[in-house]
Amino acid sequence: MSTSEILFWFLSVLALFSAIMVLVSKNPIHSVLWLIVVFFAISGHYLLLNAQFLAIVNIIVYAGAIMVLFLFVIMLMNLNKETEPSRNIWMKFSGVISGGLLLWIFVSATRSAGEIVGKTAMIKEGSIGLIENLGKVLFTQYALPFEISSVLFLSAMVGAVVIGKKQ
Amino acid sequence: MPIQYYIILAACLFCIGVAGVLTRRNAIIVFMCIELMLNAVNLMLVAFSKMHYAAAFATDNASTAGTDAQLFVFFIMVVAAAEVSVGLAIIVMMYRNIHSVDINFLNRLKN
Repeated sequence: MSTSEILFWFLSVLALFSAIMVLVSKNPIHSVLWLIVVFFAISGHYLLLNAQFLAIVNIIVYAGAIMVLFLFVIMLMNLNKETEPSRNIWMKFSGVISGGLLLWIFVSATRSAGEIVGKTAMIKEGSIGLIENLGKVLFTQYALPFEISSVLFLSAMVGAVVIGKKQ
Repeated sequence: MPIQYYIILAACLFCIGVAGVLTRRNAIIVFMCIELMLNAVNLMLVAFSKMHYAAAFATDNASTAGTDAQLFVFFIMVVAAAEVSVGLAIIVMMYRNIHSVDINFLNRLKN
């Protein structure tokens, strides 16, 4: 077993375990911290796939900005007490069953798909994930969506301020 | 790595997110599970991008196939950041009005 395979399995197990811990943690702050672990594991996967730009952006945007925003809101509302009234046990059971059925459908669709037999994802090499290539395409071919996303951010900022301000 | 491993991993992460949305009542944790589902899709797109590139690399050494998928992931992250800021503002407003983040109290539009 090569080093990259060991890394792949380690990161996969870490991501799945942390994702399950996000669900079963009673305290919302622990959920946020476990979700940060998931994002770091996914960034590790991006690095393994040699998508270095996305790995860094994932850490900066998700683990750095979005999760800090979540922590800020949780601490602002003083929610770090474990008093969430739990749902009916049958509701929990049916939720888990629904998720499991969806997973079953995904897995059986993957097993029966003919197009992906023998295909491999190239790991550790390939230069399309580097900033040079992505930057060239982003500022030539995708320049218009890039500029439109700035308008999206502006409207999101205005919307957040308008919704959040006291009446 | 065979692409099936990545598909199964992303499907597992996505279904954990779905189960979380269905089982938890805290609005913030439901929101975090939606982020988890978005990240599962991102991982899938990057894996497919490298699968596409591996097929094109075999014939053309300087191919840039698969670049689009990585830019899609970049734009998904951009939209997710905007979505989180608005969503958390809505949750803060809901907490201010009904003093709870329990989604079972969100069953009416008035008040």
